[in-house]
Amino acid sequence: MAYVADAPKASFRPSMLIYDTRYRSITIQVIVLLLAVLFVGWLADNTIQNLAAKDKDINFSFLWNRAGYDLDQQLIPYTNDSTHGRAAMVGLLNTLAVAFLGCIFSTILGVFIGVLRLSKNWLVSRLMTVYIEMFRNVPLLLWIIMVFVIFSEIAPAPKDFKVTDEMIAAGELPKASMMFMDSVAVTNRGTNIPMPLVEHPLGYVNLGFATANLTVVALFALIGASIYANRRVARHARAVQEATGDRPTIWWKSLLILFAPSIFFLWALGFHLEYPELKGFNFKGGLNVAHSFTALLLALVLYYGAVIAETVRSGIIAISNGQSEAAFALGLRPGRTMRLVILPQALRVIIPPLISQFLSLTKDTSLGIGVSYLDLRGTLGGITLNQTGRELECMLLMMLIYLLISLLISFVMNIYNHSVKLKER
Amino acid sequence: MTKSVFLGTLAASALVAGFASAGTLDDVKARGELICGSNTGLTGFGAPDANGEWQGFDVALCRAVAAAVLGDATKVKFVPTTGETRFTALASGEVDLLVRNSTWTFSRDNDLKLDFVAVNYYDGQGFMVKKDLGVTSAKELDGATVCIQTGTTTELNLADFFKFNNITYTPVTVADDAEAQRQYLAGACDAFTTDASGLAASRATMPDPANHIILPEIISKEPLGPVVRHGDNNWGDIVRWTYYALLIAEEKGITQANVDEIAASSTDPEVRRLLGVEGETGAMMGVDNAWAHNAIKAVGNYGEIFAANIGESTPIGLARGLNELWSKGGLQYAPPVR
Repeated sequence: MAYVADAPKASFRPSMLIYDTRYRSITIQVIVLLLAVLFVGWLADNTIQNLAAKDKDINFSFLWNRAGYDLDQQLIPYTNDSTHGRAAMVGLLNTLAVAFLGCIFSTILGVFIGVLRLSKNWLVSRLMTVYIEMFRNVPLLLWIIMVFVIFSEIAPAPKDFKVTDEMIAAGELPKASMMFMDSVAVTNRGTNIPMPLVEHPLGYVNLGFATANLTVVALFALIGASIYANRRVARHARAVQEATGDRPTIWWKSLLILFAPSIFFLWALGFHLEYPELKGFNFKGGLNVAHSFTALLLALVLYYGAVIAETVRSGIIAISNGQSEAAFALGLRPGRTMRLVILPQALRVIIPPLISQFLSLTKDTSLGIGVSYLDLRGTLGGITLNQTGRELECMLLMMLIYLLISLLISFVMNIYNHSVKLKER
Repeated sequence: MTKSVFLGTLAASALVAGFASAGTLDDVKARGELICGSNTGLTGFGAPDANGEWQGFDVALCRAVAAAVLGDATKVKFVPTTGETRFTALASGEVDLLVRNSTWTFSRDNDLKLDFVAVNYYDGQGFMVKKDLGVTSAKELDGATVCIQTGTTTELNLADFFKFNNITYTPVTVADDAEAQRQYLAGACDAFTTDASGLAASRATMPDPANHIILPEIISKEPLGPVVRHGDNNWGDIVRWTYYALLIAEEKGITQANVDEIAASSTDPEVRRLLGVEGETGAMMGVDNAWAHNAIKAVGNYGEIFAANIGESTPIGLARGLNELWSKGGLQYAPPVR
């Protein structure tokens, strides 16, 4: 008789799903997941049923219908014969334009203000405090509307720029004049700035869903290549410095590599500026930047500049005093201490909250509706929604697009965060 | 989790609540109050006066319906809606009736699932410019900046008009009439376009109405009228016939002042049917038999409403024009009460 010393085989009983701690948490999670899925399904089903009861369906085909309305700011060609989908695309680009410029300018302003707020100069630091508290504590929408109203109420009308023969004879000056050597005109309808043009454009290529301007693409490619080449030069200089202790002079090489190719490229294509001119009712030629855009961008930059300034300040304060003392002991001047020692370390603290500021800024561009800025909310969620009556479809699509933009920004910023965060070895 | 379930339930119940109404008439009677979608404030058509009382041409129709259904013209709650929110407010059941200078179009009737039950004002889109601009025709507006209210038929008409005449313009889209007027007065646009009646109403509230002219071109047909939800025919009939009752009253010379007297003395069979002296017109629609009597008693006939709110003796100063009765060369025509 052989006894086999087997461990008693644990038999699984259904009651263990509740009483055995090994399985209990899984049971609970499965149940909650099921409930959540059921709930979402019920919501969707309820919506569809109720829409059906009102003879409505969920249908996105309106995106391919003729839009029929005009937009005042368009970064890609658009006429009222284009489709609603195209109009939404114009709106999306307007959103991205404000969001992109807003993120860049507010970061620059924020870092500047945040550093100055910590200045030992009493007056400067107090001024910055006043600025931050003023902008951070008033709703953003009010700032947007205020900037807009100031522009449209105070700026002169285009006809004030007019110079007639009688006025010349009488030696009178027009009521308003253009700025920066007659190149920029701020009127109550918009800001007219010179438009960069090339005489021999490289043409366009049709990509099916959009047309790409080859001149712009080539210019960006050239700038990218220049930056890459410049980094190679800098890396080589660093290698030489580490090997020999002497850093070769490269500033003129950098300048040459960074700017010469682009300048030559533009010169070859016949780059020139088209200046705005008063003709008839309005300024013609040049680029007319609507006040809704300027007001939205300016208000976003001023507001988020203040918010980012606080983030920057918190990041700097988080770096122990010993760091700057050590830097001073090595003989670094305050400016270089900040740039080489403090800020690189502070970035680790600054970046994560900065990501959420960028996300908020991007989403807050939809406040442009207050000044009728035709962004995604104004086209897809505004005019298109109204003219087609497809509320649910437009809202769903708009939410999806904002979600994608936000996830994309998070993704890019997280990569950057990864590159600056403390490397633990 | 608890919170999100709570919010979800809230959202779901809101969805259900929006569509719960079986019949609008029953809802209104049960509530004892008519909820009427109105303008956010367009003088003459629908705006609160100095005492906070809603007054205007469109508002009077809401009051007439309340008088016909509930017997009391004061039992109306006015919900201000913008060009963007009005149809959603109606479709979701937030308002029972929308009387807000809304143009009857094919797509609104069919695609938005709404019913336009009558045309209480025949309008057309026009342009207003400052006199010193020196423009006398809309076709001279080449290159002009035009202020336009978004979410309306006007922005589509505008695009078509400029395209058809091969001239260009820059649109400045604004959310409502008040903002359009501010921008126009500030000079942010050369011309302001909306329905001609709206332009006249807007001009009446400007500090210097004499310095603004409405250009002669009328670039579109804008039949404005009361709107109800698609599918509730009984409620649509009540609104339609309340409006027709006001028209017939003008045709027959029944006014707010003499309606009681005429009801007692008239021998005209149609007047007697209309005012509920004989026949069962109210019962057929499910309202009191004196529905038309109450409506006329509350707000007067169509001509009186027109004259009191937007007529030539008011600051808005609109002529009857197309809105004259058919018997006087206009388009306002009511089918017989029979």
